[in-house]
Amino acid sequence: MTITSNAGSDLTPQVELVTVVVDGVAIEIPKGTLVIRAAELLGIEIPRFCDHPLLEPVAACRMCLVDIEGVPKPQPACAQVVSDGMQVRTQLTSPIARDAQEGVMEFLLLNHPLDCPVCDKGGECPLQNQAMSAGRPESRFEEVKRTFPKPINVSAQILLDRERCVSCARCTRFADQIAGDPMLELLERGSNQQVGTAADQPFDSYFSGNTVQICPVGALTSAAYRFRSRPFDLVSVPTTCEHCASGCSLRTDHRRGTVTRRLAWDEPAVNEEWNCDKGRFAFTYQEQGRVATPLIREDGNLRPASWPEALDVAARGLAAATSHGVLVGGRSTVEDAYAYARFARAVLQSDNIDFRVRDSSDEEAQFLRSSVAGTAVRTTYESLEKAPAVVLIAFEPEDESPIVFLRLRKAARGGGTRVYSVGAAVTRGLSKLAGTLIPAKPGAEASVLTDLPAKVRAELSTPGAVIMVGERIAGIEGGATAVLELARSTGASIAWVPRRAGERGALDAGALAGLLPGGRPLSDDLARGAVAACWGVESLPATTGLAGESLLRAVTGGGIGALITGGIELADLPDQALGRAAIEAAAFVVALENHHSAITELADVVFPVAVVTEKSGTFMNWEGRPRPFAQTFKDALVMSDAIVLGMLARAMNAPIGASDVAGIRQELGSLGAWAGARAEEPNTPAGQVVDAAYLVSTWRALIDNGVMQEGEPYLAATAHAVAATCSAVTVADLGAPENVTVTGPLGSLTLPLLIGDVLDGVVCLPLNSPGCALYRDLGVRSGQAVTIGGAV
Amino acid sequence: MITSGLTPIITEHWDKPDLYTIEGYRRVGGYQALAAALKMDPDAIIGQIKDSGLRGRGGAGFPTGMKWGFVPQNDGKPHYLVVNADESEPGACKDIPIMLANPHALVEGVIISSYAIRASHAFIYIRGEVPHAIRKVAFAVEQARASGFIGENIFGTDFSLDVVVHSGAGAYICGEETALLDSLEGYRGQPRLKPPFPAVAGLYASPTVINNVETIANIPYIIDRGVAWFRQFGTEKSPGFKVFSVSGHVVRPGIYEAPLGITMRELLDYAGGIRGGGEVKFWLPGGSSVPMLTAEHLDVPMTYEDMATAGTMLGTGTPMLFDKTVSVVKAVTRWLEFYKHESCGKCTPCREGTYWITGVLEKFEHGHGSPAEVDTLVNLCSQIAGRSFCALGDAAATPYPAALKFFRAEFEAATTTSANEQFDPVASYVFAETVTR
Repeated sequence: MTITSNAGSDLTPQVELVTVVVDGVAIEIPKGTLVIRAAELLGIEIPRFCDHPLLEPVAACRMCLVDIEGVPKPQPACAQVVSDGMQVRTQLTSPIARDAQEGVMEFLLLNHPLDCPVCDKGGECPLQNQAMSAGRPESRFEEVKRTFPKPINVSAQILLDRERCVSCARCTRFADQIAGDPMLELLERGSNQQVGTAADQPFDSYFSGNTVQICPVGALTSAAYRFRSRPFDLVSVPTTCEHCASGCSLRTDHRRGTVTRRLAWDEPAVNEEWNCDKGRFAFTYQEQGRVATPLIREDGNLRPASWPEALDVAARGLAAATSHGVLVGGRSTVEDAYAYARFARAVLQSDNIDFRVRDSSDEEAQFLRSSVAGTAVRTTYESLEKAPAVVLIAFEPEDESPIVFLRLRKAARGGGTRVYSVGAAVTRGLSKLAGTLIPAKPGAEASVLTDLPAKVRAELSTPGAVIMVGERIAGIEGGATAVLELARSTGASIAWVPRRAGERGALDAGALAGLLPGGRPLSDDLARGAVAACWGVESLPATTGLAGESLLRAVTGGGIGALITGGIELADLPDQALGRAAIEAAAFVVALENHHSAITELADVVFPVAVVTEKSGTFMNWEGRPRPFAQTFKDALVMSDAIVLGMLARAMNAPIGASDVAGIRQELGSLGAWAGARAEEPNTPAGQVVDAAYLVSTWRALIDNGVMQEGEPYLAATAHAVAATCSAVTVADLGAPENVTVTGPLGSLTLPLLIGDVLDGVVCLPLNSPGCALYRDLGVRSGQAVTIGGAV
Repeated sequence: MITSGLTPIITEHWDKPDLYTIEGYRRVGGYQALAAALKMDPDAIIGQIKDSGLRGRGGAGFPTGMKWGFVPQNDGKPHYLVVNADESEPGACKDIPIMLANPHALVEGVIISSYAIRASHAFIYIRGEVPHAIRKVAFAVEQARASGFIGENIFGTDFSLDVVVHSGAGAYICGEETALLDSLEGYRGQPRLKPPFPAVAGLYASPTVINNVETIANIPYIIDRGVAWFRQFGTEKSPGFKVFSVSGHVVRPGIYEAPLGITMRELLDYAGGIRGGGEVKFWLPGGSSVPMLTAEHLDVPMTYEDMATAGTMLGTGTPMLFDKTVSVVKAVTRWLEFYKHESCGKCTPCREGTYWITGVLEKFEHGHGSPAEVDTLVNLCSQIAGRSFCALGDAAATPYPAALKFFRAEFEAATTTSANEQFDPVASYVFAETVTR
């Protein structure tokens, strides 16, 4: 099903097979396979600790020793490569292997505290399990165990009980090989060997939680989960992460109606076995600050109301307005976004709809309609790994799509993929990708793209090359146009990587003015007819409605009377005053929200809706790959946006199709893909760089002020330091003060000043971090001018 | 075949006070071999070393020429020569004296060897605890550089070489060649997974030869005087001569250079015999990592093959001798404490096994422990030997079973009687005679 615009990347090389015999059973496997993997294929489990299929072998724990014919000593199966005719005997058939493994297990337990009853890992512990399967019943050890003071923090989130550690080096290898944050290291020698960090450098990796998960003992625990539960008391549900467009498979564990933890789940095509700390730890928001009942405004104040009453008030309020607008947040599932798209067109007869409640532009909307919405899966994680070159534009993968970052790092580390980033700074992420900066001042990205170095252009012309475009392309005038032109002229494929989990799905569901589900242009009569038939309505609005800031201005100007909002944050808008003014100006506002927020304070009717744990649904990740997830709490009474919209439609006497997930999926399936003509591509001239001494370059840090990270202080404490970063030259120009005051139209911020690999005259600031919310505090976007002054 | 008598070659001019200078070394014929070598084809040098049968003097006795031959040629990668001068084996004291007294033999050997394996960068990794040796070698390297023996286009040839003297930081494990490479690269010294072997991917993932100081110091003499001359010493399988450092309860401990194949009895004679006319209780031919022998083995020729037949190894060729005043329990405990302290921690058997065994031995030393534990320890050693990541574990598992073979009664007695009660510790001191007198 993978179609790439560059042919030739799908050729599978011929694999040489060898025959190896494990415990008397022969198997043909590719040359170079490790013995432990060969045994796994035969269903023979060799005990192991240090071995991990995604980490390089280290053969340190010696638990997997097996007997190989013709080799005098037992060999570690995790590091031994098979050869043709090799005869391997595991613990199942060889007394030597069995004895070696029992010996190693006895050694491993010497200095282990055996505190399983108070250990978080107890019940799901490889050491506990393998001590049962591969150990002797009793130890002969009578001496005194080595102990350490416990526990120590290797970061605010990760705690280390050193005496439990078996020195398998999984965590240190993960930090070094996978995350590229080698801040965890083994220290000291012999039985004093321990995992640790440098005194001034905690393990503040965005991926630190994975070390807890791959730790084969209870040495690494998270502050969030430590002592919270026993694994055998938990109910586990496979889910999909709602935080970004990477689309990670997760396992959500819950107990007594509360989520206790989330784990990265195995999905080789997407997240392999990893996830980021936001996806792992940021779930407490699901419970706090929830809207409990429908609310209606009476005498200027919100009061709780019954569902029938609230639906009635909402239906009458919406019916009274002559024009409507629909704002869908980027966190919607495909099904919910589809329900909004359908409600807007079929019930409200309006095409004023947008899912981009953030910095957006008409050029971006054209780009998404013409080149992204409803397109077949083209660029995947797997194709990134094989790509000869990847150019990043308006995209900082480590912050904005961490699993894309991990896969790019794997690709770059494998040696085959060169990464380029068009931007103003060599970021921490880019240097970990061994990437090259193509310097572009904020605002100059489009012209830099049109005038790329010949070497990069040549690499982009190699089959398999990819241009990865972040959602910040919306803030770059002419950026999307330049990307399309670059792709056309080089043959490289485009991957649009939005930041939020729901954006790609909302786009494909048609939650954007001028666009119907499956990438159908609203202006196309055939497309419109087919969708109208599917929805059981006579006609759909035929002219493209308003989107983005135009929509908000129309509300403010009185052109649009009523608004329906679904899961939006006014703080996400660059022009927050405009957003607030629009909501205030609207005659009638219906908000579907799960949390109290600025929107619920202003709305006329508020309907409580479900968070991800209370509903099933689908997120579509940046690849365009559907990532369905199950309902965690089966008996949750909170309804999804789609069901509430269905009830509202009935209350307005305009019932539309299915509201449940299965029904909507069926509807979407029956609509199918669009093979007809696509919407027109943008043609916007490249923007000009603002002429000013200091320009802002900004993006959202992975761990920042996002509302879905609320209630998780340990996670928040691992965020990267908030600072203004400038080049050495700029810092010198400023007189190298310790702190600087950055001033924009709305105010000033005083921040520590750091020297970084940044273009001269550019200041890098986090967009929405503690003490640095640019839209709110300064009123500036990327590429806009600020003044900088030294401060005490 | 000469297999007896003293044959001072590397040590021949050690009585000359300025041998450590380039002038002193050249006065006794130094750097003649280099001039000759640079006129030879590198492969011919490798061939000559192969023909000489020189075996590595670091302990394992691997044929040096064969090791050099493993380095792939014309592979487009830089090649490196690394000299293992991290002499830390308990009882071994032969590389450090060579570096102190005759550092230019090492430097000349380094230049010739680098030329042979096409290395343009050589490193001498010296144990950090011997700054006096580091200073001597660094001085020799600087003098050689000043004389044009190190640097660009040596002797007007295409051959260029830089030599770096690097100080270790105090870990026994860094004498293990791959841990040494990690340490040299700036990482924590722990052994690397093999394959790839250093000859293919060693220092900075490039082909690397790692040789012991004494091995390299042999090279100029073999080039200068020829294969036939070299092979007149020693035996067919163990040709050449050896710098033996004899230590322990002998009258004159020190360096004795003699052909391989000499017996311990003869070496002991040169060392003046056991002090006070006493007898050998046990002795180790090459550091604490090789199994011990007793007086009945004094006539076994000191060759790689004969030592193997006797159930031990020549090792570093640095005999330690102990007389009847010594508690074998105590000696073995001291060695195990050393291995416990020096175990790098990477693999389970060595890290945990040395911790456990040491704990039990310390009980024995103080007259505690149970008779059953005498045999438990044998089993524990068998759980380490052959199962650890590198040879350090094997070495740690060596002393106890070897000692038990000859002195079981002493270990059994130790479960009730402390070592100090069994053997007066004062009697075993070097200054014991003074004390008793």
